[in-house]
Amino acid sequence: MALTSKLKEAWIGIAAGKVTLPYPLAPHPPAAGFRGRPIFDASKCIGCGGCASNCPAREILIFDPCQELRVIHYLGRRCTSCGRCAEVCPEKAITMSEAFELATNSIADLEQRLTLFMGSCQRCGRCFPAPTPLDALKLTGYRIDDVEAGRWVFRSRPSAPGETTHDVDIEL
Amino acid sequence: MLKTLCRKMMGKSCWVYHANSGGCNGCDIEVLNVLTPYYDAERFGVKLVASPRHADAMLCQGPALHSTAQALRRAYEAMPAPKVVIAVGSCATGGGPWFDGYAVMGGVDKVVPVDYWVPGCPPRPEAILHGVAVALGILGKAVAPRAPLTQPSFPFPRYQPCPEQGGQTVPPGAPSTPNPK
Repeated sequence: MALTSKLKEAWIGIAAGKVTLPYPLAPHPPAAGFRGRPIFDASKCIGCGGCASNCPAREILIFDPCQELRVIHYLGRRCTSCGRCAEVCPEKAITMSEAFELATNSIADLEQRLTLFMGSCQRCGRCFPAPTPLDALKLTGYRIDDVEAGRWVFRSRPSAPGETTHDVDIEL
Repeated sequence: MLKTLCRKMMGKSCWVYHANSGGCNGCDIEVLNVLTPYYDAERFGVKLVASPRHADAMLCQGPALHSTAQALRRAYEAMPAPKVVIAVGSCATGGGPWFDGYAVMGGVDKVVPVDYWVPGCPPRPEAILHGVAVALGILGKAVAPRAPLTQPSFPFPRYQPCPEQGGQTVPPGAPSTPNPK
C-alpha cells in the first residue's frame, strides 16, 4: 500500500512535466494590454500639460524657462504605469510600452525630459491670452515646477478681488 | 581576502530578506510568486530567509513610514556586510502615489541606502527576478537614460533668445507665467 502511494506521488510529479519558465535566459513577453514604461514622443507633444495635471503620483513636472520653450520632465520614480497620461493625451504623444525590465542601479535612468517649442503670437511674441473675461476666470492657476530641486509648484491667482489664492508647493 | 571570498560567494547564493515597511501586499505576492516553481529563483541560489541576520540582500517593499522607519533601519543594520538593498515597487522606489501623506516619509532611500531600484506597481515577477539578477551581476540592466527630447527649434530672430539656446538666464523665482494679463 505504501509503495503504491509512493508510485502515485511519483506519477503526479512526472505527469506535471517541467513548469519552470526559462525567464532570465529567454525573454518572456507580457500579455497583450500590459502597461509598462510610458514613452514620450516630442515630435507629437503640444505641451498642453494634461499628463502633468492628471498624474496621480505627480511624476511629471512642467517648467517654462522662457516664453517659447516648455520643459516637461518625467521622473519615473514612483510611476505606477496607470496609463492616465496616455489616456488624456490629445495627440497620443505618450504610449505605454511593454518595457518592464526597469531594474537599475541609478534612478535617474528612468527620467525623460522633453524640451518643446510653444507657439506664440507672431506679432507680440507672447502666448495667447484668454479670449474672453469668462475664459480668464476659469484660468485659476498654473504650474511653475522647480525641475532642478524637484518641487511641484502650483500657483493660483484670485479670480475676484479679495479672494484668497491656493498655492501649493510640494517636495517630490 | 575574507572580504573577497564573501563577495564571491554572495553571487552564488544570495539569501534575501523580505521587509515590508507599509506596502499594500501587492509586491509581497509578486515576490512570493518568484519563489514558486514557475519562476524558480532558487536556480540562482536566491532563498528567502526569515531573519535579517542571515540575509545578504534586503527586498524592501512599501514606502518608508514614520511608524516603520526605525524598524526598517534596525533590520538593515542587523544584516551582515556586504549587504545589498533592492527597492521593489513604486512605493519603495519613490514613495508611491501617497508619497505626500502625513504618515509617509517617501521611498525607502530616505531611511536605508538603496543599491537597486525595481519600479512597477507591482513589478512583474520577471521584473523582480531581473532586478535580483542585475544585482547579482548575472544580467546587465536593460534601461538607459533617454537623450533629452527636443523639438526642432524655430528661428525667431526678433525675440529674445532662450537660455537653453544660449540667451539670457531667467531667474528661477520669476518664470514667465502663461497668459499674462
